Amino acid sequence: MISGTKRPFSREQRAIIVYGMLFFVLIIVILQLWLLTATMNAWLGGDESIVWPAAAASAACLALNVGLFRYLVRIERTRSGV
Amino acid sequence: MADVRQDPRSPIDAAINTPGREGLTGTAPANLYAPSLDREQVTIAPDFAPVEMQPAWRQDFPIDWPQDVYVERRDFMKFMVLTSAAFTLGQLWIAAQNWYRKRSGRPGIQRIAAVDDLDVGHAIGFTYPNPHERCLLVRLTTTDFVAFGQECTHLSCAVIPRPAEGAFYCPCHEGRFDIRTGVPTAGPPRRPLTRIVLEMRERDIYAVDVEERTT
Repeated sequence: MISGTKRPFSREQRAIIVYGMLFFVLIIVILQLWLLTATMNAWLGGDESIVWPAAAASAACLALNVGLFRYLVRIERTRSGV
Repeated sequence: MADVRQDPRSPIDAAINTPGREGLTGTAPANLYAPSLDREQVTIAPDFAPVEMQPAWRQDFPIDWPQDVYVERRDFMKFMVLTSAAFTLGQLWIAAQNWYRKRSGRPGIQRIAAVDDLDVGHAIGFTYPNPHERCLLVRLTTTDFVAFGQECTHLSCAVIPRPAEGAFYCPCHEGRFDIRTGVPTAGPPRRPLTRIVLEMRERDIYAVDVEERTT
């Protein structure tokens, strides 16, 4: 029977989702670490042109991570019926 | 392979010919519609055996392994998001420092020493552009003077001038810089020393600017 209501994810499904998101978050965090060291090196060497673009890129990465995390919180709330 | 009939999460007994099924039609066990625990609330041992068959230590400290794995991955993800926030704060800190540096403008002109105060092959220390930035002025020949910041570009140890060897030497990690250009020649440093732009006015030497370089 096809139900109109959305079925919450089971724990196994949520675990797979967490694994997938964790993979993306790890890649993004490694990228941010590289970006921070490269920016610091350039700035200490007197190259100021890279500072604001790098800060904007890092903020975009953070926004993506926070978005993924909020999705995780949302599927947990759906599970607990809140 | 584990027997699925022993998994308490499986509510349907697939076998029809079990003793409890005799005389019944269909495959559903009698307790199928009876209220039971949420399947995600049941603590399951890795071997799917019931609790009374588990070793004593596992009965004393029952752990729901799938839930444990799920929670630790979720918490690790939270930690990684916090790390991501820390990196972004670091980037913003660099941007703020950059704004402050630009706002301070170019450093002023400062007299360092008279030409006759320094013999060839010798160095003197001074501070520029503020009292916390230590620098070195080296006289290479009768007419050649160079000045560099004294902080090693690796971990900010104070470099030591060695004009006889044509190098600035960092004793912390054996770093070396060319005394004429400030370019690293050995050890862990990758960036050149901060160059102080000099100007000769009559018989005096002045520092007029600071030049940061990446290569």
